[in-house]
Formats: sequence, C-alpha cells, structure tokens
Amino acid sequence: MSFITRGFSGRSRERDERLPPGQTLVHDFPVLSAGPTPEVDTAEWEFTIRTESGEHRWNWDEFTALAIDDVDTDIHCVTHWSKLGTSWRGVSLDTLFEHVETEQEYVMAHSYGGYTTNVPLDELLDGKAWVAFEFDGEPLEPEHGGPARLLVPHLYFWKSAKWVRGLVMMDQDEPGFWEQNGYHLHGDPWTEERYW
Amino acid sequence: MSEATAQTTSPAAASAAAVPAVPRSGWHVATVASTRRETPNASRIELEVDGWPGNAAGQHLDVRLTAPDGYTATRSYSIASSGAGTRVTLAVDRLPDGEVSPYLVDDVRAGDMLEVHGPLGAFFVWAPDAAHAAAAVDARPVQLIAGGSGVVPLYAMAEAHGVAQDPTRFRLLYSVRSPDDVYFADELRRLAEASAPLQLDLVYTRRAPDGWRTPPARITREVLESAVIPAAERPRVFVCGSTGFVERVADWLVELGHDARSIRTERYGGT
Repeated sequence: MSFITRGFSGRSRERDERLPPGQTLVHDFPVLSAGPTPEVDTAEWEFTIRTESGEHRWNWDEFTALAIDDVDTDIHCVTHWSKLGTSWRGVSLDTLFEHVETEQEYVMAHSYGGYTTNVPLDELLDGKAWVAFEFDGEPLEPEHGGPARLLVPHLYFWKSAKWVRGLVMMDQDEPGFWEQNGYHLHGDPWTEERYW
Repeated sequence: MSEATAQTTSPAAASAAAVPAVPRSGWHVATVASTRRETPNASRIELEVDGWPGNAAGQHLDVRLTAPDGYTATRSYSIASSGAGTRVTLAVDRLPDGEVSPYLVDDVRAGDMLEVHGPLGAFFVWAPDAAHAAAAVDARPVQLIAGGSGVVPLYAMAEAHGVAQDPTRFRLLYSVRSPDDVYFADELRRLAEASAPLQLDLVYTRRAPDGWRTPPARITREVLESAVIPAAERPRVFVCGSTGFVERVADWLVELGHDARSIRTERYGGT
C-alpha cells in the first residue's frame, strides 16, 4: 500500500543486497533490553540442555574447551537496524547437540534474568547457530549479552538470547517472552516476520 | 525492545503482571493533523490514523517514509498518547545524522500522509486499574525515570494516570539538558497539580533555571536515591532514554535494592 511521502528524499541509495527489507545499516551497536543488565560471573555460569530424557550440563571451563568457531555474519534487529560483517567466536549448536538425543523439535532458550525466546530446533542446527562469548575479538560485554549469548543470525536478533543459560526442548512451539509481547513466533528478517 | 533480554520470573509471570490486552498491530495510513515545535530540537506531531485500534500508554509504532523512486526508510517511535480513538501523538527528537527524524522534525506538515505500523510492544506499558481489573490488587506505586526524549512513553503513562484519576502513587524523575528541552512542559505542570497527582522531579544537566537549587549535573546515584520511590515501597519502575542513561540508572536501581524484575527499560539506540 506504499505511497510517496511528500518532501521525503531519504539518504543514500546504496541498496546493499545483504540488507533485508525495512532495515537500515548502522555502524554502532545499539542495545535493546527489557530490564536491567544482569551481571553473571563466569565462575557461577553454566549452560544446560534439557530434553525428555535428561540434562546435559557445562560449566564455563568445560564450555570454552569445546571446539570454537569463528563466525562472520550480518545481524538484523527488529527495530530496523542491521550490522554487516560482525565477527563472533562461540560454540556451534551442532557441537552442543552432538551427544544429545531428543525427539522433540522445539526449543525454549532461557537466560539469566528470566528472559526466554522460542526457536525450532532445525533453525539452530547445520551451522545456523552458536553460543557466542566473544565479539570483535573481545569478551562479550554484559550489555550485549555477556558472558555468553545465543547467536542465531538468520533470524531477527531478539532470538539471539542474551545471557543465555540453557535450552529446554519442547514438543510444540510456544511463545517466549518477546513473542508473548507482540513479536513474531518465527522472526525471519527476509520475509519481515516482525510482529504478529 | 528487540535484542533479546528481559527481567521477569517467567513469561507467565510477565503476562500476568498488569499487561493489558493490546490490539493486534497492522499497517495504517496516517494523516498529519498538526505539527508544532516541542523543544529547539524536537517536534510534536498529531496524527489522524485510519483504522487505529487505540493503544496502551508506553507502546510505540513504526513510521515508514517512501521517496519518489520507491526508496523507503522505517523507524520506531514511542507514542506520547494512549487510549481509544484514532488520534496519535508523537514527539520526535532530531538526531544529528538522522535520515527520518530530520524530516519529521523540520519538513512534515499538516495534510501530509505517512504509513504507520502499530501499536507495538506489550511489555513497556502501564494501564490504569480500571483497564486491568484482574490486576487491581497491584497498588504498587509507579516510578518513571526519563532521560531526554525518553520521556515520551513515560509522559503517555503519566497522562493516562491523570485522565483515569488513578489513585496509584506516580512519580517522574526527568533528566534534561536545559529548561528549553523539557517535552510536554505545560502538560506535566498541570498533571503535577491535578487530582491524581504526579510528583515531578526535574534534573538539569547543562543549564538550570535561574535560582535553581542545585548546579546543573547529570543524575548521580545519590540523586536517584533521593528522588526515586524507595525500594522498600516496591515501586514498579519504568526507565527510558539513551542506552548509556538507561544502563547507568538501571544498574544503580539494582544496587539500591530495587528488584530487577520490577524495572522495565526502553533503550533508545540512537539509530
């Protein structure tokens, strides 16, 4: 239903094909959170995957001793900013799920501080998602989700849960925190799955 | 609202925590009814939005502008108004290297048409008790903390509180550069004098009015401690402003004993 806005010319016309519809390129790294930033000590930190059959658990030392990937990727926030060519280091979900047996197809990611977000398992495997603990060669800052955050770059960035502490497998897809507050269950930037 | 995070015991608890049912969002055609200078750097824009379902205080919308060659730019703005009806008030701050905000602050005029998508967001909202009778047990006081243009959604809450003559204790701590930079100055003064009073505490960071009791300075932890409803009274706290402002204030609030789950934040990323 688009129509021309009188008097608006806009800025650059460099349509970068890496930019999904409705997104604008930024060079800073905006922070968007629903509450205060939790301070999580790596000495206390642990990561768990809970399935119908049991629990898999890693502490910080065990976790950072796993195979680590360097990830160069674009990220897209639902509030219309995108950053291109960001660099992260973290553990692939393929590595974490290597010895996890589950028939369940949906995941709820849980964070320190109580935040949750839902993602289907097949959106997390085959090189599509990581638990990242470094950004731009530095330990991930708390306000950006440190010590570790989920990184699911092919979905809007609220799915990349900050301060992640575990994944709980589910039989069916259920809305997490932002999803209950108006955001899309799935969140594909390329089809603009922003809101429900 | 976007990058993943939140402070809530569980989604169920969050949805039970006085979040009103919000109308489904969608794209609407908005016609500019009026526009006026709000501060030297900001404009107030009244929109008449075709098919707008009403919105809760604290929600936001997306504005999409289209250039003659089809190029579009979309940005999110907090809404300064709330309730039923098709009138929506925005107050937009001109960002120095902005693409959309300079147009909205300086160029847009009555009769212009824009596209808006909303209302959006169901977490950073406040509704008077009547609107969520189920949660009427929640008589906790409300503390609003604004940095600059971050006052917009908080003003919507204060106005909704006044209109409803809601008895909940309401307090707004508002940090601004100078007296000229106060958004909704007259309205806030009236709300502070009204029957459902709002306690208003202004902090001037660069230039204070003549005879002001303290020299201009940014909010400190001490100011926060003296001008915010104490943690012991378990206020629900809403903080909105730039990322740095919100991070500092939220960290101090937690240090001062406020429950992180009672603090809701909206950070303006400056994009």
